[in-house]
Amino acid sequence: MSLLVSFLVGFVFSIGLVISGMTNPNKVIGFLDVFGSWDGSLIFVMGGAVLFNLVSFFIILKKSKPIFSKNFFLPISKNVDGKLLVGSSLFGIGWGITGICPGPAFANIVLAGPKVFTFLGFMVLGMLMVKIYEKNNRV
Amino acid sequence: MTDYQAALLGGGIIGVATSSLLLFNGRVTGISGIVGSALSKNFSENLWRYIFLIGLISGGAFMKVFFPEYFSYEFNFSYFKTIIAGLFVGIGTRLGSGCTSGHGVCGLPRLSIRSLVATLTFMFFGILTVYIEGIR
Repeated sequence: MSLLVSFLVGFVFSIGLVISGMTNPNKVIGFLDVFGSWDGSLIFVMGGAVLFNLVSFFIILKKSKPIFSKNFFLPISKNVDGKLLVGSSLFGIGWGITGICPGPAFANIVLAGPKVFTFLGFMVLGMLMVKIYEKNNRV
Repeated sequence: MTDYQAALLGGGIIGVATSSLLLFNGRVTGISGIVGSALSKNFSENLWRYIFLIGLISGGAFMKVFFPEYFSYEFNFSYFKTIIAGLFVGIGTRLGSGCTSGHGVCGLPRLSIRSLVATLTFMFFGILTVYIEGIR
């Protein structure tokens, strides 16, 4: 059952991305173009989702466990460190260059254009680079 | 439907989806985290991640087939930019442990300070990058 949930959540999440306009990189660039011809509509995507989750997460996390799983899997790290800042900065720059973040990259695979696959390929390569680097530099 | 209504509707749908994953499976919906973890060789543990990503691709395909008007845009950037952006997004989201979904949509509602800092940081650099591209 939990695998069916995984599929459905991915499916519905993707539909939400498409309807909201997040999959359109030109619209995302317009949203980030605060000092130019700003298109503020996308603030309601994260805003809407965050407000909804603010209430629902509060209720859900009061439960002792999820419905199909033994426990909740939540990020444990609490430290704001250099890695978080450098990583988020690089991600922001990458996001600003094309207007594509990871979710919309997958939702856009149906366009089947070579640029979608180029983006995804190099995104995965970047992730692997971090993985290999961390493997060789264990603290 | 105006752009604002569409954004709010899409955001609400994303809220329902991410809340469902937490309620049923106890997982946070962070796309970059799911992709990053799926790259390690542990098939049984990663099965839900593969299936999630198949769902993500299928949702896009569903919309493309039944509502093709949502896909009436083009990727106007060069291959050079595509490559640099892909690398930066890949490296950045793994170093920073999350992207728009993990830190933004799921981290902020958990009142995570890390996610708040991450979200403000990538928003700032996203805005800065578009600004610099604009004046160039």
